[in-house]
Amino acid sequence: MKPLDCLEIKNLTVTFPLSAGTLWAVNDVSFTLARGETLGIVGESGCGKSMTAMAIMNLLPQAAQLQATGLTFNGQELTALNESEMSDIRGNRMAMIFQEPMTSLNPAFTVGAQLMEAILRHRKVKKSEARERALYLLEKVGITAAASRLRQYPHELSGGLRQRVMIAMALMCSPDLIIADEPTTALDVTIQAQILHLLTEIQREFEMTVIMITHDLGVVANVTDRVAVMYAGRIVETGLVSQLFESPQHPYTQKLLDCIPVPGKTKRGSYLGSIPGRVPSLIGDLSGCSFANRCSFCTDECLNNDPPWHQIGSQRGYLCWRNPEQISPYKGQGVSL
Amino acid sequence: MVMYALKRIFLALLVALTVSILTFTILNMTTDPAVAMAGDTATDFEIESITIAYGFDQPMPYQYVQWLGNALQGDLGTSYYFRTPVTALISGRISITLWLGLVSMAVGILIAVPLGVIAAIRPNSIWDRICLTLAVSAQALPSFWFALMLIVLLSVTFPILPSSGTDTWVHFIMPVFVLATRVMPAIMRLTRTGMLDVLASDYIRTARAKGLKPQNVLFKHALRNAVVPVVSVSSVQLGHLLTGSIVIETIFALHGVGFLAYESTVRNDLPTMQALVLLFSCIFIIATLVADLANAWLDPRIRVVGIDN
Repeated sequence: MKPLDCLEIKNLTVTFPLSAGTLWAVNDVSFTLARGETLGIVGESGCGKSMTAMAIMNLLPQAAQLQATGLTFNGQELTALNESEMSDIRGNRMAMIFQEPMTSLNPAFTVGAQLMEAILRHRKVKKSEARERALYLLEKVGITAAASRLRQYPHELSGGLRQRVMIAMALMCSPDLIIADEPTTALDVTIQAQILHLLTEIQREFEMTVIMITHDLGVVANVTDRVAVMYAGRIVETGLVSQLFESPQHPYTQKLLDCIPVPGKTKRGSYLGSIPGRVPSLIGDLSGCSFANRCSFCTDECLNNDPPWHQIGSQRGYLCWRNPEQISPYKGQGVSL
Repeated sequence: MVMYALKRIFLALLVALTVSILTFTILNMTTDPAVAMAGDTATDFEIESITIAYGFDQPMPYQYVQWLGNALQGDLGTSYYFRTPVTALISGRISITLWLGLVSMAVGILIAVPLGVIAAIRPNSIWDRICLTLAVSAQALPSFWFALMLIVLLSVTFPILPSSGTDTWVHFIMPVFVLATRVMPAIMRLTRTGMLDVLASDYIRTARAKGLKPQNVLFKHALRNAVVPVVSVSSVQLGHLLTGSIVIETIFALHGVGFLAYESTVRNDLPTMQALVLLFSCIFIIATLVADLANAWLDPRIRVVGIDN
């Protein structure tokens, strides 16, 4: 881990012991985040994106079991901390924005009380200073009449406003790392764009490191520096946004990009792209490539043995049996960035 | 909040008025007060003269308005059996019943809510099982039987506690325990379900993501939301407790209004019965009102719903 790195995850695995066998929610995930960088984690529902985030925050469900050779945040090994030490970091040095703004605020307390809570917990500040900070951040996230909003209850706010409140809440202690778990999924399209714009601005202004979890490749293209594509609990490809969108290496990434309709290129009347087949069960023995059953390049090797990781330079890599030279240049419709 | 409170109070008054009309009508239709007053040896002529003297031959609405007018001035009539004003009769005994009811309610809540929280923190654990077993057993116990068994055990076999009377607080231990056992199960199980729901909610995850201490998450963020249904049910439980106190006061010979209700029913003492039904209803209505206001304070969304309706 370089001194500039904010977060380094090595071989993170999250499993759930079920009666039918072990469920591998996150399977051997590793990545490094430099300070000030924005990493997008993309993948479909159930691919382990959120579980990866929860593992970093130590907010996994009780039944989950976590293994990792390293979970280093600001040079500190998180797996060595107990819950009390971890709660000192949570909401303080790292914060999270959730997918569901409608239900993520406690209905019984005012917006102001919920905003101030985090800073009162982690810093030795007076209530008036905490209030001051809450006001400042509400204005920062674009909420007008902030002073009166502080006295309002969550049910008096719209979804977009609530998500802005959640963002302000995450910023209360000026964390080094913000994990945004599908922050725009529950919002309508115009609000989505506003919230994404806001997150980018805030990330630049406060020089924060951001993990943006999403299933929306458009969000990734707009907001992030680097992307990790997850499939069935594993990272199958990572790279800079431009690299990944221009020359996807993994068949899954290629097929994902093919699914996006492009104005001017996608023919009128043609079907929208989709990937045939479905995600395999994550329970029990998972040897072989998890994408094999949907992949057009599938061989016997893919079915029986775990694919190797090909590292290309410092930023790129993918998980596949095909060598880089075996992969023909991506000729999909592509996405203009 | 003020608007909501005013609206609730107005509704409560309407309910009280309706209850008074219903009880007056039903009681006057089912018994002949003149017969009760005149006694077993009365002749037809005596009964007839009582009927005319007391105005029992007047139309029911007229009698009701008269009764209501007197009641509002604090005159609930004179007991046929005790030959004293009902108001005096009740005011001399109400403190025992209220004391018994409120203490039992408090004891019940103080046992049930912590047990419910413990059960919810570790669902399906041994603690959860123990709490649920306690609740189900307590729910299955008929209180008259439970009270008698306690007397057999603690007053007869091992004479530790007095079996009847109201002289000291020791006399109240067994009655309070029996009544608390009656209200405990529903409150405990509701606390458990409420906590389980709330603990799985997104805003509890948010609270934990803020790094709040577990006890803060549990008692500030979770319990406040989980007790909203518990408060509503507690007011209903208070109703059960009042009906229960009729049985319990009779068994333990506590001379409260519960026992008075038993006596007046046995003696067909109409004015007393009428006043007691109204009194119990009013206590119940007040308890519901308090619960509504407490819930509006706990959950701000309820205040809004109240105004929109």
